[in-house]
Amino acid sequence: MSAGNMRLTLKVWRQSNTDTQGGFENYNLDGVSPDMSFLEMFDILNEQLIEENKEPVAFDHDCREGICGMCSMFINGQPHGPLKGVTTCQLHMRSFQDGDTITVEPWRAAGFPVIKDLVVNRDGFDRIISAGGFVSVNTGNAQDANSLPIAKENADDAFAAAACIGCGACVAACKNASAMLFVSAKISQLALLPQGQAERSIRAEKMVAQMDAEGFGNCTNTHACSAECPKEISFENIARMNREYLGAKVSSKAV
Amino acid sequence: MSLTGLFLISFLVIHATINAMIFYNDGGETFSHWGHFMGTNPIIRTLEIGLVLGFLIHIADGLWLTKNNNDARPVKYAVTNAKANSTWYSRSMGLLGTLILIFLVIHTSHFWIPNRSNQFATGEELNLYQMMLDIFQNIWVVIIYVLGCFSLAWHLLHGFQSAFKTLGLYHFKYNGAIQVVGVVFSIVVPLLFALMPVSIYLGWVY
Repeated sequence: MSAGNMRLTLKVWRQSNTDTQGGFENYNLDGVSPDMSFLEMFDILNEQLIEENKEPVAFDHDCREGICGMCSMFINGQPHGPLKGVTTCQLHMRSFQDGDTITVEPWRAAGFPVIKDLVVNRDGFDRIISAGGFVSVNTGNAQDANSLPIAKENADDAFAAAACIGCGACVAACKNASAMLFVSAKISQLALLPQGQAERSIRAEKMVAQMDAEGFGNCTNTHACSAECPKEISFENIARMNREYLGAKVSSKAV
Repeated sequence: MSLTGLFLISFLVIHATINAMIFYNDGGETFSHWGHFMGTNPIIRTLEIGLVLGFLIHIADGLWLTKNNNDARPVKYAVTNAKANSTWYSRSMGLLGTLILIFLVIHTSHFWIPNRSNQFATGEELNLYQMMLDIFQNIWVVIIYVLGCFSLAWHLLHGFQSAFKTLGLYHFKYNGAIQVVGVVFSIVVPLLFALMPVSIYLGWVY
């Protein structure tokens, strides 16, 4: 990482815990390289804060190669920043200009309470998955790969839906803080494959019920979610989920 | 929202068709003939109850949905760049719907409410054609009606397509058709409606 010469003003949301009120703090940062990732830029900021004996900014990160879904950050009004199809860790400072003021906020949703600064609690997504985002397969010998034929198109669509990393950018982008792109990707991935058929209708009902219980909003089809999704999950999944859900409502045994 | 929305869209087709009869410019003869049919036919009058319910459910559902979606984000963003990911009218359905509701109150108190109350009280229909000619002499009324049509156009531009998606009907086989029909409908119907007060005000229809 070479030292650079970009000067930035960062307007960062600081909040000490879930129960306190947060607010913005302004920080000036010099020597930012255009080749740094956005998270590396935050590492530099935190080093500077530690040297000044101040509390570093808490933010989520893990793999830093765009596949774990851990990083978040609502940057200048967009989840994962202005670049299309990438997570914050894959966003580089060359996407910004020298002298820019960058506003960084946490995901904001009732279903994603702030834990600290830019870190939000995304356990709601885990609870939605626990409600039905799985297949109950009894263990035994693995089947022969060709004993369950799957149409190429279905395999492709299921794979594309399975690319969802559960980062929550869809909720962050949606004006209604709706989680329907996430939930629909998980429902689609299983509904399209033969292994998912056994629990197909009960899955749609339970996952949607849990999604509502978590306090996420409702879909009004603005398509903001799929436009901002770092994995470019297709909006078609939401329509598929609506079909699955309506079908389950008129046919499943659950009352 | 989707089911009531599509039902109200089907109502707009009938409403626009019958009102467009004024463009025959025959002193309201054709218009009044069909207006009389719609106002007195027992089947239509029964369906009208469904229409009123359709409006009320769509409005109540919309208000509830807007409130619910608002609550889903208790702390708002300081900065949003929503134009990067969605159209303004798709994000403004609650606002556009409210504008249409205000228009609807004005519009029904001009025609539907006086006519039905008169029918209820005396059994006689009012001369709706003459009422139109009188009411649309006021430029402010004409402006309000045209603005109402603009709100309707933007509301339909998102609502028409959105209704199908909510019902799970989003597929490359027919997306193109829904898109084209939706856009044409959202322009033609409000334009037709807007032309009515404008034509009467400008004396094209008399």
